Amino acid sequence: MTGWALSLFRREISLAVRVGGSAMVGVLFFLAVVTVIPFGVGPDLNLLARIGPAVLWIGALLATLLGLDRLFQADREDGALDLFLMSGRSLELLVLIKCLAHWMATGLPLVIAAPVLAIFLNLEPVAIGAVTLTLLVGTPALTLIGAVGASLTVSLRRGGLLLAVLVIPLAIPVLIFGVSSADAAIHDPVPFMTPFLILCALTLITAVIGPLASAAALRFSSD
Amino acid sequence: MAIWDYANPTRFLRLVQIILPWLIGLCVIAFAAGLYMTFFTAPDDYQQGATVKIMYIHVPAAWLAMMCYSIMAISSLGTLVWKHPLADVSAKAAAPIGAAFTFMSLVTGSLWGKPMWGTYWVWDARLTSVLVLFIMYLGLIALWRTMEDPIKAGKAAAILTLVGALNLPIIKFSVEWWNTLHQPASVMRMGGPTIATSMLIPLFVMAIAFTLLFFVLHLMAMRNEILRRRVRAMRLKAAATARPATVTATAQPAE
Repeated sequence: MTGWALSLFRREISLAVRVGGSAMVGVLFFLAVVTVIPFGVGPDLNLLARIGPAVLWIGALLATLLGLDRLFQADREDGALDLFLMSGRSLELLVLIKCLAHWMATGLPLVIAAPVLAIFLNLEPVAIGAVTLTLLVGTPALTLIGAVGASLTVSLRRGGLLLAVLVIPLAIPVLIFGVSSADAAIHDPVPFMTPFLILCALTLITAVIGPLASAAALRFSSD
Repeated sequence: MAIWDYANPTRFLRLVQIILPWLIGLCVIAFAAGLYMTFFTAPDDYQQGATVKIMYIHVPAAWLAMMCYSIMAISSLGTLVWKHPLADVSAKAAAPIGAAFTFMSLVTGSLWGKPMWGTYWVWDARLTSVLVLFIMYLGLIALWRTMEDPIKAGKAAAILTLVGALNLPIIKFSVEWWNTLHQPASVMRMGGPTIATSMLIPLFVMAIAFTLLFFVLHLMAMRNEILRRRVRAMRLKAAATARPATVTATAQPAE
């Protein structure tokens, strides 16, 4: 079992990082969103420090949504999706591996870029650490929820916009607990661990719901 | 099993034809009684004055907004698990009605909020979660509208409805995390209701009237959807038999 899983993982990663993949575009988009915020709210450093965690989280959410519509669509176009469906392997596990690879290619770069962008937003070292940690724990949940939307809209020609509309309401809890645990680390209205552990729990829940629902949607889209 | 007897659309339509006039009559009576009580017998609140009467529209609409989603979730289970042929018709017909009730509760709520809180909108737990519910309804309707094949669209929407049903409690809980102005629940809570009986009875009658209205609209919408699908099937058949040669030449590849 590990053999096919590992080779699928390698295939996804190499497709994402080579020419034609879009792994780095997400980070560029993240940078662009964060850069544009001070033009909207003004260059007040105190205000930016206060809303900094929220800006980074919303930027990460938008950057994740941007990359999701290709998660299954490219496989559908070149026929790989049909091979996945006919391979006899567990489709849920396959979706989970694809999500993991997609997160490594698009989510992890966002987490690595977050400390650098946090400096632009005048965050303190503690806050930078907290936001990076919450993004590390929370972005997999965004990818896994997004996989449901991606597989529902896989057969649509321009599903990207609809995908965002379908996924954003489901991503609200992740956003709330991500931002509130980052805020809790800076000026503690509640202890940091409470929202942070709930965020961890949300990621684990989506790791179950996401692949199950996504695999069901992929099966229905093919027949 | 009774529910399988009505898997046949023709039999279901016959049932609807029998039930619908009675249901409409009951709905009209309930609304007449409820509205009369609302305007003439229900007392004004000692603090809020006459604006409290918005409650008799607002609260039933909010209840219906949630009940409608539950019905859609059950119908989605019917589509995916039991493969009942009318389940996706039921879910599809319920979505716009649910969206309308959610919109109604949002509008009446903000009209009520203006004199009471001094603002049309506050980002508090309940308003925000109802707004999220509204967005989910619209997303589902949009998903239905983007897929041509009604069966396939029904299955996709059923999955999304069920994922949403699992997520709604989480969303509600997370939104309550940053709770603010809104008063705590006063009807549905432990230890019985805290509003006066003279207000509770009209509210109850209005809730029944709204529920009846929902079922009337839902049955009508299901009937229309079945007829719409028949028209669609007839059109496809007519197009296939009219000029078979050209049709096969330009046939669209099946999705």
